[in-house]
Amino acid sequence: MYVVKDHSVERRLFIGRIVAAFIVVVLLSCGLVVRLIYLQIVGHEHYSSLAKDNSIKLVPLVPTRGMIYDRHGKVLAENTPSYSLEIIPEQVSNMDDTLSRLQALLAIPDEKINQFQKLRKRQKRFVSTPLLLSMNDEELAKFAVARPYFPGVDIHTRLVRHYPYGDLAAHVVGYVGRINEADLKVLPVAEYRGSTHIGKLGIESSYESVLHGKTGYAEIETNVQARLLNTLNEVVPDAGGNLYLTLDIDMQKTAYDALGSYNGAVVAIDIKTGGVLVFASRPGFDPNPFVVGIANEAYQALQASENQPLYNRALRGLYPPGSTVKPFIALAGLEYNAISPSQRLFCPGYYQLPGVSHHYRDWKKSGHGSVALNQAITESCDVYFYRLASMLGIDHIHTFLQRFGFGEKSGIDLNGEKEGLLPSQEWKREKKNQAWYPGETLITGIGQGYHQVTPLQLARATATLANRGVVVTPFLVDKIVGAHETRPGPEAHKGTIALKPKNIDAVVDGMINVVHSAHGTAKGINTDINYRIAGKTGTAQVMGIKQNARYNENSIDFKFRDHALFIAFAPADAPQIAVAVVVENGGHGGSVAAPIAGQVIKQFLQETNEN
Amino acid sequence: MKTETRSEQFEPPSLLGNVLRKLHIDIPLFIGLLLTSLLSFVILYSAGGQDMDVLARQAGRVGLAFFIMTVLAHIDPYQFKRYSTLLFGLGLFLLVAVLIMGQIGKGAQRWLELGLFRFQPSEMIKITTPMMIAWYLAEHPLPPKAKELAIAAILIIIPTLLIAKQPDLGTALLVASAGAGVLFFAGLSWLFIGGIIAALAALTPILWHFMHGYQRDRVLTFLNPEADPLGRGYHIIQSKIAIGSGGVYGKGWLGSTQSELDFLPESSTDFIFAVFAEEFGLAGCLGLLALYLLIISRCLYIATQAQDTYCRLLASSLAFTFFVYVFVNIGMVIGILPVVGVPLPLISYGGTSIVTLLAGFGILMSIHTHKKFR
Repeated sequence: MYVVKDHSVERRLFIGRIVAAFIVVVLLSCGLVVRLIYLQIVGHEHYSSLAKDNSIKLVPLVPTRGMIYDRHGKVLAENTPSYSLEIIPEQVSNMDDTLSRLQALLAIPDEKINQFQKLRKRQKRFVSTPLLLSMNDEELAKFAVARPYFPGVDIHTRLVRHYPYGDLAAHVVGYVGRINEADLKVLPVAEYRGSTHIGKLGIESSYESVLHGKTGYAEIETNVQARLLNTLNEVVPDAGGNLYLTLDIDMQKTAYDALGSYNGAVVAIDIKTGGVLVFASRPGFDPNPFVVGIANEAYQALQASENQPLYNRALRGLYPPGSTVKPFIALAGLEYNAISPSQRLFCPGYYQLPGVSHHYRDWKKSGHGSVALNQAITESCDVYFYRLASMLGIDHIHTFLQRFGFGEKSGIDLNGEKEGLLPSQEWKREKKNQAWYPGETLITGIGQGYHQVTPLQLARATATLANRGVVVTPFLVDKIVGAHETRPGPEAHKGTIALKPKNIDAVVDGMINVVHSAHGTAKGINTDINYRIAGKTGTAQVMGIKQNARYNENSIDFKFRDHALFIAFAPADAPQIAVAVVVENGGHGGSVAAPIAGQVIKQFLQETNEN
Repeated sequence: MKTETRSEQFEPPSLLGNVLRKLHIDIPLFIGLLLTSLLSFVILYSAGGQDMDVLARQAGRVGLAFFIMTVLAHIDPYQFKRYSTLLFGLGLFLLVAVLIMGQIGKGAQRWLELGLFRFQPSEMIKITTPMMIAWYLAEHPLPPKAKELAIAAILIIIPTLLIAKQPDLGTALLVASAGAGVLFFAGLSWLFIGGIIAALAALTPILWHFMHGYQRDRVLTFLNPEADPLGRGYHIIQSKIAIGSGGVYGKGWLGSTQSELDFLPESSTDFIFAVFAEEFGLAGCLGLLALYLLIISRCLYIATQAQDTYCRLLASSLAFTFFVYVFVNIGMVIGILPVVGVPLPLISYGGTSIVTLLAGFGILMSIHTHKKFR
């Protein structure tokens, strides 16, 4: 489309706009001038006196970080005094020279120097900036002698976070580390003025705002050299809240030690409340070096380690549930009236889907013969559960297991929890763009296939079963003792799954027989106890045996051995504690995982009976 | 006519004048910019703690900026017009590239690393957006119709949002106002302008919803700095104290006590005006404002003398954006606008903004010195 442009109209319009713009510019400039007059003439006296008073400055008063205790008041995280070498950049005439002489004197690694330089740029020149944290006696002595040659450098006492139990509870308690650039972007800057550390993992990170406390400030009078003359006014900081966990560090130690050289996780829950008693993940790591700044090599070693010590297996480890899912499938069968407790199914050692030649094998080659529900749980008959799963169908299995918290976060008060995976037809269509196959329903019935759980989820589901359908939200913080008030930890969200009591009894009886009958897969732990345990063993296949087995038989052999699982609650008649144990490459649940649960339960019941 | 010829004969043009004319330099504008830049060194010396390194680095940047200005002044404005869309597209592409790289690198990123220096696409966008809008509107009769307005608005909003996402609220604001400036000078009806202002006022709550936490904090702090003296209100309180204590005549050069004692944060960059006001007082502030107004007036004059619509719109928009720079920075330092990261043009320490600013003036000079017929 051709349009005629009227240049004279456009020009006139434009000149009008230029004039208008000029008027706007002048008016807005006048606005600035008015404000300047207000500040510099009207307010001059006021601001002049403030400027003089500006020798009064605000300094932040850093609150003491809250302590972390276990359920019996044992200290899990504390603040211990430590000597640090600090520099006030303003008072150092030649920083490079000073640093290089200090480096020579105390053999400081370059890394620390770089760290210091970075820190220094972020702070004001008169702020004392740490170069070395937690100096040892030798370093203290060396510097004390040479101190006159280092103006502006001084030794300070600082409180440093310390974790007395080291690797035992490293994952759950977590650790604090130096505030880094990434933290700075999301931190409330004013609150952290003066703070050097922030929770990076576990409770330390999840409860950062509580543990940190509220920064106070002091108005201090300084002279021209910014030396303190007088403190005028102080808003004292609120110390961080002390956290009392539901965790029992002695039981944690029992579980951790019981895992021995295996990798794995143990979670124990107080059934009545949902309080987590044991939250162990092995291997652990020592959190203390992280506080003072872990050396790069040490960190790389932790990162690269095949055993992944930094990984919180209890919270984030994903494992197929194996046969530990069977009690839940059995309960689903009863609740949906797919089967009755007395109904027997024949197990010839394998199962075939109609029209399919594939044999779904039982772990017992000769088969279990004709078995009813109780025996099927006790002996962990795979064929029984293939058939039951097939009768139920994946939709019912999915709906029922979901109620027990599979495939969703438990809602524990720790950051970073994994959801696991509870497969369904929709999930497979969405994620894999494939239809659901009947064979996949079968293997879901024995806890293989796509289904993945975290140890925490297993423990929670077991607790729900022990609770006869009352769902608990696991939590770690029992109470928070703050500067002004004491308040309880997170609110437990309780829900209830409607279950028929006789169905629960039928399943629990089977689980009791797992431990207490002659054929039970975990009968090894029934000696020397005066209460009954209801449990279920599980063995989860580790994928990929065939592809890799030939390379290095010894190590691969171990790496691809099955994971051993065990879930249990006790006492069976009046449950108090639910436990889930996952032992990576442990082989059989009954022989490796069950004894660990047995020890944890024994210790807990002994403790509670004593009190 | 006769007297003129004679005077040319008797008074040969100065050598400098000749050289500048050959270089396509507009002398009044050049003098204004030079004076401001020199003033910048005077203030920086004081605000930067009398550190010659700071001055040397700034001198390097200013030199580069003046060089780029001269180069651009040399180019015929027709070429700017021709490549407007291309440059705009390139700028957008780089902006998206930076955003994606930032996402990969897990953190906000605003620049591309080019070996010797860092290149911020958002700076380029500050100039290419008004170029694009001016090019687009100049193709159509003015004042723009609804359809052209809508398209122009979209062309402005896209880069603005991309930059706001970085997040760089100050630059986003400058880009938006550069684009809006073109619309204004193109003859956007007053009724429409009133409507936009009303709509913006109504949109404020929605905008609030999309702001980052720290951006909200800035606005809240602006409304009540005393509520948070240790944290976010600190800047504003301290800068008001510095300015107010300067009085009418100031404390004299190097006399700033507030920046010396480190009470005034960012004293060399965004808050340098506070140091200036403390040392040179109201008198100095009026002088500086006058200098800025002279530069802006000269630019507006250049716009009125421009030969075609494209040049007019671009020149006037660049002049207007320069004023927005001045107004927003001084406004925030004296506490009548919220703190958005906008430097004081030509004075603040820092390289990227001065290069872009002088590039803009280079284009203005090119427009003024490349007239085909008179």
